Amino acid sequence: MGEKSVVAARLFGPLAGLMENRPARWTATAALLVLMAVAPMIFGSYATVILTNALLYVVLALGLNVVVGYAGLLDLGYAAFFAVGAYTIGVLTLDFGLNFWMSLPFAVLAAAIAGVIIGGPTLGLRSDYLAIVTLGFGEIVRFSARNLEITGKASGLSGIQQPSIFGYEIASSLDFYYTFCILAIIAVIVSFRLANSRLGRAWLYVRHDEDAAEAMGIDRVRVKLAAYVIGAIYGAIGGAFFAVNLGAISPESFSFTQSVLILMAVILGGMGKIPGVILGAFIVILGPELLRDLGPLRLLVFAVGLLLIMLFRPSGIWPGRSAAK
Amino acid sequence: MKKPLLTLTGIGLSFGAYTVLEDANFSVPEGAVVSLIGPNGAGKTSLFNCITGFYRPNKGSIMFDGQELMRLKPHHVTRAGIARTFQNVRLFQQMTVLENVMSGMHCRTRSGAIAAILRTPRQRAEEAEIRDFSMECLQFVGVTDDYNREATTLAYGHQRRIEIARALATKPKLLLLDEPAAGLNAGEKQELIELIQRIRDERGISVMLIEHDTGLVMKVSERISVLDHGVKIAEGPPKEIQANPKVIEAYLGQEGEEADLDD
Repeated sequence: MGEKSVVAARLFGPLAGLMENRPARWTATAALLVLMAVAPMIFGSYATVILTNALLYVVLALGLNVVVGYAGLLDLGYAAFFAVGAYTIGVLTLDFGLNFWMSLPFAVLAAAIAGVIIGGPTLGLRSDYLAIVTLGFGEIVRFSARNLEITGKASGLSGIQQPSIFGYEIASSLDFYYTFCILAIIAVIVSFRLANSRLGRAWLYVRHDEDAAEAMGIDRVRVKLAAYVIGAIYGAIGGAFFAVNLGAISPESFSFTQSVLILMAVILGGMGKIPGVILGAFIVILGPELLRDLGPLRLLVFAVGLLLIMLFRPSGIWPGRSAAK
Repeated sequence: MKKPLLTLTGIGLSFGAYTVLEDANFSVPEGAVVSLIGPNGAGKTSLFNCITGFYRPNKGSIMFDGQELMRLKPHHVTRAGIARTFQNVRLFQQMTVLENVMSGMHCRTRSGAIAAILRTPRQRAEEAEIRDFSMECLQFVGVTDDYNREATTLAYGHQRRIEIARALATKPKLLLLDEPAAGLNAGEKQELIELIQRIRDERGISVMLIEHDTGLVMKVSERISVLDHGVKIAEGPPKEIQANPKVIEAYLGQEGEEADLDD
């Protein structure tokens, strides 16, 4: 068992080491950006769609990482916020005639309000309760969407108009690929800045020792609520762009499986480690695609692969802070 | 007589039928070092927990600096100006020495998520302030290197000092130390005495400590209170306490009794 983790450390250790060193980090970032820019030309149009999906998951996983990775709150219904964002855009653009950019702030607001309503009463309790409440919330949102007239019941909403920016319509899959590139980059920058801030440190203090954090004058409920709401906003923004990218949404896009998939990306890559979470999102989306040749066996093989990773690297693929030094 | 900074009157605490504190009265004068001693299970740590809001006393009043602290949450008590350390050092794991101490500054700063995302000049100035003051606190307690090492990997005596630095970073008026000398060697104990005196003299912070090391208590305190079975049995300057027959009896009578509440 130890041998396997050494192998994993060898694979990703130098990569993580690279991230610690400043000039090397800039070089690696630049290389990554160039790769992102030219990827559609190299891999073709099918891969571009898959990569767009992977980038969406980067945004969602980074959002859930704030909740689970930083604040240590187990959220089993994260897809609910993704749904709130997507449906807000759908309803406001289709029924109220607003354009995408005018609807976006409402999507963010709706998710933040939902976050306060769900998080407010539960975050004072132990985190196990939150897991149950969020699980329920995820299902409530999906069932509501399936039964309400305004959300199009089981068939969902379709014909959601694509946004335009400065007169240019974001329409082709290539346009959306670059849109999600920008979105993912913003998500990464925001995550880094939050992590290295007063609030980001407070999340870690509360996660490691609630009593000691309280004794340092930190209001643990408030700090957790901030994490939960910020996570919700990430989810809603991801959902908003998801809705316009597909042009159609249905309740089944926001199932419990979706929540689990996002959570898996976070845990797989390494909770609280931004490069790890990005890697996790790519594995979760690209893994099943790369195994497509295996036919019906692919999900089984993928699942076994995930189990093996968790067995040998329980704290995620990306090495921890101390291991990288 | 200096005016009291903290005054506890008639504090009673019980869990179900079990009475931990019974009508405890206690005060800490401004700019003083006072100690709370007593056999294991006397309720000393429970009294600390009542002051700091971790336990809710059933009755009584806690006046601090003109403010009633009863029923306040721990973080409000810290904001009001009372900082504490824990009996069994509780530093944040997997975090550096500096990050640990920086936690103390949380309640004295305000930048939130939006300021952090936009990296506003105000936020950056505040981050620098947090860092600088935390360094200053570390230097004050005598930790001058290892800022970026993981705090919980350091020697025990070191960790105790870091915990005091962390408490000082909350800019308190009163510092509560729960058995600060436990696990320290003779040299470290001498340094601790000097540190406590410097905290009072240079920072103007009052100190209240729980301590089993009677030698240290006698040297450092201006006044000592003795607690036994949740009741204060004696109070006075070190010399009087040493000669008090009730105190001697409480300490001799403790044999065979095990610690229960103070873990």
